[in-house]
Amino acid sequence: MQARADKIRETAKKLLADGKVDVVIGYKKGTVPMREAPFFAYTPEEADQLVWTSFCCGNLANFAIRREKGEAGKFAVVAQGCVSRNLVGLLTENQFARDDIHVIGVPCLGMCDRRKVADKVGGKLIVEVTEEGDELVVSGQGWQEKVARKDVLRDNCLTCQHRNPVISDELAAEAVDETMGGDIDFTAAPWEKLDAAGRWEAFTAEVDACIRCYACRDACPLCYCHVCFVDESQPQWCGKTQDEADVASFHVLRAFHCAGRCTDCGACESACPVGVKMRRLTSKIEKDVRELYDYEPGMDAEATPPMSVYRPNDPQEFIK
Amino acid sequence: MSDNSEFRPRIAAFFCNWCTYGGADLAGVSRLQYPPDFRVIRIPCTGRMSPKFILQAFRQGVDGVWVSGCHPGDCHYIAGNYYARRRFTIMKNLLEYVGIEPGRLHFSWISSAEATKFQATATEVVEAIRALGPAKHMIKDIREVA
Repeated sequence: MQARADKIRETAKKLLADGKVDVVIGYKKGTVPMREAPFFAYTPEEADQLVWTSFCCGNLANFAIRREKGEAGKFAVVAQGCVSRNLVGLLTENQFARDDIHVIGVPCLGMCDRRKVADKVGGKLIVEVTEEGDELVVSGQGWQEKVARKDVLRDNCLTCQHRNPVISDELAAEAVDETMGGDIDFTAAPWEKLDAAGRWEAFTAEVDACIRCYACRDACPLCYCHVCFVDESQPQWCGKTQDEADVASFHVLRAFHCAGRCTDCGACESACPVGVKMRRLTSKIEKDVRELYDYEPGMDAEATPPMSVYRPNDPQEFIK
Repeated sequence: MSDNSEFRPRIAAFFCNWCTYGGADLAGVSRLQYPPDFRVIRIPCTGRMSPKFILQAFRQGVDGVWVSGCHPGDCHYIAGNYYARRRFTIMKNLLEYVGIEPGRLHFSWISSAEATKFQATATEVVEAIRALGPAKHMIKDIREVA
């Protein structure tokens, strides 16, 4: 991890010093442990603050399309496998040109889930987390514990299928194995084995804690509509309350909008303040898209996204 | 289910202007009998159908949704129904995955000449939704919330 961080910093400094890019979008140390924050480095000095740890859980592709108005110049993005796939997706959706971005690719070893770490140490207050090889050194006031990274990896990282960047202008480390070893088909769509009543129960129980803060939407690089459906008022597709119907409509539609685009980066779950596992919804769509339309989002900038194309012989058994 | 035999469902039916809407018209002109339990909403093409419409219908208390348009290849706008088909597939799978009973959502291709197919499909859709009874999920009951 430290080697990667050093290489990212070195690359960023060089890019900024040579004037090849205006800004490098990366991570800096978060203000609380286990939450690294997105960071925009405009000068080589600022690039010193860039880090790469097990807690870079956001998705920086998100910031490639949310920059300040007037910032038109070329920018560099630090991208692991999933983020590079989102960049490809955004290229396909014409959000920027390939020439505008410089991708600092990071072959990824998976990110850790701060909630799993907290559980491992019994919910004690964590003051600092550092890394030693494959272990996290978790410390608080008067205590220190070691936790193996593989025990606290995020769910989506366990079943990751593409850990190496799909596009990159330079790599911050040697390529790693493409998968983490988890079986995505086995874990995707966990409620499929239930009957209708059981599914509704499982779904509403999962989203019950949702406070509708839309952090999942804001963390997602797919959600860049100027007016989101949740903010539309005439007609109002989705009420503002925490009523079951409103929360359910929000989560169903949010997931639907990710169809054929979601790269399973897990930023939504990492951003959620109450721990809703919305990947249980998106993984179902992802599985359908993979099985029905043989498409994996973000793997090929030339491929047309599945929802904006059709085949005359698409499956239609359910249509009378 | 016999306990639903007296139940008259409310069904939102979204029909494409160019075919199923005409098919319904022909069925009527031909005096073909079908159950009167659906409210028809005319849309320009099934490609205009948004998944939001389906959820909005459920929010406002329908017991089932039926979307019908032109046969693949016959779209007035060349390919609207092909795009719609992919959206329906994903949306139907997703709604059934979160617990909406199979049988509340119906899709069909009916041309404006297929009055008998319209009659048969209308009967089938209404019977399927009637058998399920009143909808229980995704309903926004304003009185309950306020």
